[in-house]
Amino acid sequence: MRSLHPNLYSSSTITIMATFNLNINGKKQQVDVDPATPMLWVLRDHLNLVGTKYGCGIAQCGACTIHLGDAAMRSCVLPVAQVGEQPITTIEGLSENGDHPVQKAWLEHDVAQCGYCQAGQIMNATALLKANPKPSDAEIEGAMNGNICRCATYVRIKAAIKTAAG
Amino acid sequence: MTTVKSSNSRRSFLKNTILASGGLVIGVNWLTGCKNASSEAALTMPKEWFNFNAYLKIGENGVVTIFTPNPEFGQNVMTSMPMIVAEELDVDWKNVLVEMAPHDPTKFPDAIFGQFTGGSRGIMSKWEPLRKAGAAARQMLKEAAAQAWQVPAAEITTSAGVLTHVKSGKSAGYGEMASAAAKIPVPEKPTLKEIKDFKLISQSQKNVRGKEIVTGKPMFGLDYKVDGMLIAMIAQPPAFGMKLKTFDGSAAKAMPGIKDVFSIKTYNDGFEKAMFDTNAFPELVAIVGNSTWEVMQAKKALKVEWEAAPATSDIVEFRGNKRTFNYPAGLESSADHHAKMTALAAKPGKVMRKDGDPEAAFKKAAKVIERSYSCPHLAHNCMEPMNFFADVKGDKVKVAGPLQAPGIIEPTLAARMGIPIENIEIEMTRMGGGFGRRAYSHYLVEAALISQKVNAPVKLMYTREDDMTNGIYRPAYHAVYRAALDENNNLLAFHVKVGGIPESPLHADRFPAGAIDNYLAEEWQLDSNITIGAFRAPRSNFIAGAERSFLDELAEAMGKDPIEFRLELLKRAKENPVGEKNDYDAARYAGVLELVREKSGWGKTAPAAGTSRGVAAYFCHASYAAHVLDLTMENGKPVVQKVTSAIDCGIVVNPDAAANMTEGAVTDGIGNALYGEMTFKAGAAEKTNFDKYRIIRMSEAPKAIDVHFVKNEIAPTGMGEPPFPPIFGALANALYKATGKRVYRQPFLGEKAVMG
Repeated sequence: MRSLHPNLYSSSTITIMATFNLNINGKKQQVDVDPATPMLWVLRDHLNLVGTKYGCGIAQCGACTIHLGDAAMRSCVLPVAQVGEQPITTIEGLSENGDHPVQKAWLEHDVAQCGYCQAGQIMNATALLKANPKPSDAEIEGAMNGNICRCATYVRIKAAIKTAAG
Repeated sequence: MTTVKSSNSRRSFLKNTILASGGLVIGVNWLTGCKNASSEAALTMPKEWFNFNAYLKIGENGVVTIFTPNPEFGQNVMTSMPMIVAEELDVDWKNVLVEMAPHDPTKFPDAIFGQFTGGSRGIMSKWEPLRKAGAAARQMLKEAAAQAWQVPAAEITTSAGVLTHVKSGKSAGYGEMASAAAKIPVPEKPTLKEIKDFKLISQSQKNVRGKEIVTGKPMFGLDYKVDGMLIAMIAQPPAFGMKLKTFDGSAAKAMPGIKDVFSIKTYNDGFEKAMFDTNAFPELVAIVGNSTWEVMQAKKALKVEWEAAPATSDIVEFRGNKRTFNYPAGLESSADHHAKMTALAAKPGKVMRKDGDPEAAFKKAAKVIERSYSCPHLAHNCMEPMNFFADVKGDKVKVAGPLQAPGIIEPTLAARMGIPIENIEIEMTRMGGGFGRRAYSHYLVEAALISQKVNAPVKLMYTREDDMTNGIYRPAYHAVYRAALDENNNLLAFHVKVGGIPESPLHADRFPAGAIDNYLAEEWQLDSNITIGAFRAPRSNFIAGAERSFLDELAEAMGKDPIEFRLELLKRAKENPVGEKNDYDAARYAGVLELVREKSGWGKTAPAAGTSRGVAAYFCHASYAAHVLDLTMENGKPVVQKVTSAIDCGIVVNPDAAANMTEGAVTDGIGNALYGEMTFKAGAAEKTNFDKYRIIRMSEAPKAIDVHFVKNEIAPTGMGEPPFPPIFGALANALYKATGKRVYRQPFLGEKAVMG
């Protein structure tokens, strides 16, 4: 699925650029990047999908959460070379018109303050509800503990997840 | 608020602003910012807009655009400020579009009262201007209708964007009169509505940017992009007390996608700084390239040598006052800080207030209670790291990004670039958090210098590690409280002595000053080269917790209920105050305590078995907040079951949003009290990312927060900060009830004797 073509040689570094055919939000996308590039930067810099946020770069805050297949993944530590043909969903592709039940619940509870972490929170919550449609409070806390909200809107995030779960 | 089908409102808006000359191509659909889709109905965009004043314009079809002057960092001014204008304009909220105003000191004069987010002064300072803006436009519309219909303006009424003259049976929408009304001179003193007639204010409205947030639309500085834009990062000294010696950028420059590597000096030597020009490191190395990942890789290949920095000082000017700040040489550590603070606390401080004869009262006391409290530095850790876009073309500068104080940085940037201030255009993006950090926007100047050097549009981005270690931190503080009691446990005297690195957190004229006959307040400070600045409720964020813990301990020693004891002191302060310079309203202070007592069932309803309660209240930023906190201990760690909050911030413009702010302040405060800590060793910030710097997470947040507001007709006072400081005290007091031991040193989790 990809072709390798040495792009630049220097005395200390050899970076090999490669072409990757990705399936993002149901669309085929081709990018020509260093295979080590994290998906976060492929999305933000190369595909203009900036809903996925940079927070820490070490998978500690959850702001960059996307779906790889149905699983929530931290895109800041997911090299593009590891994605292969697995479909990726970002916040932009979660629903056609922003009307996914989790997005609607977020609006109903008016969760956001600054809003920066909320795309990651929503992507993590949707993956949780797909795997576990009726999570207990403890299960919600366990699943969401990797997502920091510095404005500390946790009470509303939890309430929105429960509303979305029905 | 309603969906709009096209975004041409932005284009017509551009006509009226300096933005029109920018001519930048926006790569992503940046222009969706004026949409709001909380309603399913769609608005038809007007063909023409008519400008009424800096805050609003009306289309020929009656659609209204309201501009939010102050930058948004999550306090929801994008919604609440336009609500105030819409109220006085008397327009249907569904017919309103909201936009961020451009930075324009000619329209919004004064660096602090113009377009500044901080000090909880947004709604407080804009209450009257926003009301007048809406009322003036309404009056102009009435005048236009009066002229058209040849009837007295006083006989015309308005409702939901419609003008009516009952006697003649005439009526017209605002849009029909907008063209004529916009030509009428703006009234200087428009008639404002009676507070009892408010229809929109105090009715909760959803965040006007809610839909964009949940769908991941570009809104933040880091999302900003234009064609041909390069990415820049910085390399900075590894420790405070160090500076750049030399660097070799050749290997980094040879990396793929890298354009240039060079050093920049944020401010010229000897530059007289403004109050928010604080920066940690005066000289940085910039790495510029095509993409974020490439620049990150190149940064690793950069070879830099750092060296010890000499002692320096800054002269800082604010509103004509000049202050000198000294930064000693050397590599500081938190362990040394604590030892030095403890030593300084044992020496006499500078007396800031003295009532009665406290020395004599302490001498004759039957019992003296003395307790010491301390806290470490804190990093702001905004979720969106510091960043800014800049495009310098000759002597024209366009910058865009997240900042709290555009009016302060603009003259600084003009001085640094050597250009007239009129040549600068600042676009304020939504901020991914601020908490005070983004008042210090040195990174904007850095971005402009980098753009100038590479002659291209640039987005400067700090990594999380850069952000956390290039801090303008909350200072470390220390407080000693003493109380003198007689043999009957009556309070004879009160003494507070506080200081910090490098500033004191004292508010000498705040409660309990004014409530005690013999009162002494002293302060001290110790210079440091670790940069500090405003952090949500500066100074109050420490002193409230210390004071409220001490008052709790004092109440217990005196055999009094902690709320009753505080109310007794406030009664004294209200009826027969000591001194004349007391910086609080004792009645409002007592009001939140009484409300939180009622709503929490304090003293009436026993909390569930195993639950312990603590209470605290505080006054800051012109508002009053009280919390009752219920916790249980599980495996030796506190689990906050419920917080009941009572807030008096005057009229609450958008109650659900204010409740959200309070919930956030409560949870943020609990997190900082339990875990918040930045430590330094040999000058280096020891925590560089969220693996080491502990931020409160969902499982640690309160299980429930119940927020109540005092209902009154006082013009709005602060909201973002006031609920934050007292939660530290409520938590400390509940922990004591749960464990029988007091916590004195933040973060509380480090108090092994209490937390196990």
